[in-house]
Amino acid sequence: MSNPANLKYTASHEWIRSEADGTISIGITQHAQELLGDMVFVENPAVGRKLKAKEECAVVESVKAAADVYAPVAGEVTAVNSELDSAPEKINADPYAAWMFKMKPASAADVAALMDAAAYQAVVDSEAH
Amino acid sequence: MPFIPHTEQDIKAMLASIGAKNIDALFDEIPAALKSGKLTAVGDGLNEMQVSRLMRERAAQDSQPLNFIGAGAYEHHIPAAVWEIATRGEYYTAYTPYQAEASQGTLQTLYEYQTMIASLTGMDASNASLYDGASGLAEAILMAVRAHKTSRHVLLPATVSPLYRSVARSIVRLQNIELVEIPFDIATGTIDFKALEQYAGADIAAMVIPQPNFFGALEDVDALTDWAHAQNMLAIALVNPLTLALLKAPGNWGSPLPNPLPLAGEGANESLRESNIRGADIAVGDGQPLGAPLSSGGPYFGFMCCKQALVRQMPGRIIGRTVDLDGKQGFTLTLQAREQHIRRAKATSNICSNQGLMVTAATIHMALLGADGLRRAAAASHGNTQSLAALACGVPGVKRLFSAPHFHEVVLRLPKSSAAVLAGMAEQGVSGGIDLQPYYPQLGNAILVCATETKTEEDLQRYVAALRHVLQG
Repeated sequence: MSNPANLKYTASHEWIRSEADGTISIGITQHAQELLGDMVFVENPAVGRKLKAKEECAVVESVKAAADVYAPVAGEVTAVNSELDSAPEKINADPYAAWMFKMKPASAADVAALMDAAAYQAVVDSEAH
Repeated sequence: MPFIPHTEQDIKAMLASIGAKNIDALFDEIPAALKSGKLTAVGDGLNEMQVSRLMRERAAQDSQPLNFIGAGAYEHHIPAAVWEIATRGEYYTAYTPYQAEASQGTLQTLYEYQTMIASLTGMDASNASLYDGASGLAEAILMAVRAHKTSRHVLLPATVSPLYRSVARSIVRLQNIELVEIPFDIATGTIDFKALEQYAGADIAAMVIPQPNFFGALEDVDALTDWAHAQNMLAIALVNPLTLALLKAPGNWGSPLPNPLPLAGEGANESLRESNIRGADIAVGDGQPLGAPLSSGGPYFGFMCCKQALVRQMPGRIIGRTVDLDGKQGFTLTLQAREQHIRRAKATSNICSNQGLMVTAATIHMALLGADGLRRAAAASHGNTQSLAALACGVPGVKRLFSAPHFHEVVLRLPKSSAAVLAGMAEQGVSGGIDLQPYYPQLGNAILVCATETKTEEDLQRYVAALRHVLQG
């Protein structure tokens, strides 16, 4: 599965989608879910929490590991995907559909400055040996 | 498998291979000021003959007096079969084994233990144990703070054992957690509700609710649990497991929720019927009364249980039941992403372990006694303590200090120096209780006394005779 060109990415393997209402949706990438394996639990941040860029704010837990998820930019949490509470495996099935939480970014420029799909692919390639 | 230490050659070869000059060089990132250097207070080694003699002499100091001390460690009858079985080679290990799933019998024993202790406390899940009750309390406080997320304050009543409070404070104080002491009502010996009022509406993570409390008195756990929940605090139950054979399980503390879940149909068991009660969120305590001998203070074990919603915040090992590829029952470590080998610095605890051997003994002890045996031991302990208190209060000047109902410990006020009276009783071969003066000076000459099911009518008379002798002699 290739990384969708309409999304932004971070080096810590989050994807970011800009929504029509000015918020952004955040999930973890295909590469990240592949490394972690079968998801068993997702812990999302509280709605209303103000986050700094790169702040740890969520946890994904698989059968073999647990990993932190970081805020890609500064902003406030506006929604969480509660479907993942009972069905975390949706992240494995379709990581780019299974958004975890939404944020209202403090600055749209911060979002624009994130990596595009090609830059992210270079990060993934450099990690593979 | 025998333990074979490395030889000098092994060590040299390994150091050469990694290019380290000596073993100390492996620790050179630790500042020299933090290293304790030579342990001068620890003597040279003794040979087997010397050690045997020393141990015999030490052992002779134990078990001699007739013991009426409780205060966290209780003398109960342990059927001989408990330790005969627990020390069999198949069981005889202190911890969950490495490559745990290879030891299915050990895991099944721990699973049975978890089932028993979760049933006794009325909670959803149990871990495979912690070191002891005091460190269990500290872990419960850390767990509540993690789960609560916004507050780092926890209410810790003065009716919790002073030793437990001291251990909890030592463990949490450098983590920026504040333990707020709640005074007790000097008339009842239980948590002072009036003192709680000032914390209504405050942002506080949890409240610790002891039952019975350090004085042996019964707290109004339902009202305290409801109050804590109304303030958005978690309720941490600190309980003596034996007493739960008679007292309400922490999982059922408090009032039913306003919108009860639909009741299960016919055949619903008791726990289902009470499923509309939130109850305490975390239950901890010391498992010593369940099959561990006093042994001059340990090893004992701590137990910890919680409600389903908090299970990912629980520290320690948890054993789960599953099926293998052929569909056969098997036991496995579960929810390991909480633990330090996976979660590293962010593990739910990096200081805990379990007490596998003590838990094995407790599992066997509970299985041998059964629910009815535990109830009888608890009831006899309560009855003996009531009798002892009544007899002791027949001695001029001695009276019970608190009005609340008591389980199997009571506080007595003496007309003379409590330390001197206890010393005088000890001379007559009676450990008459613990002196509360160092911990609660406001109580004056007060002692905490316990008479478990191990005491006979004659023993109680001996206690009173010794007390009378000291006070009137």
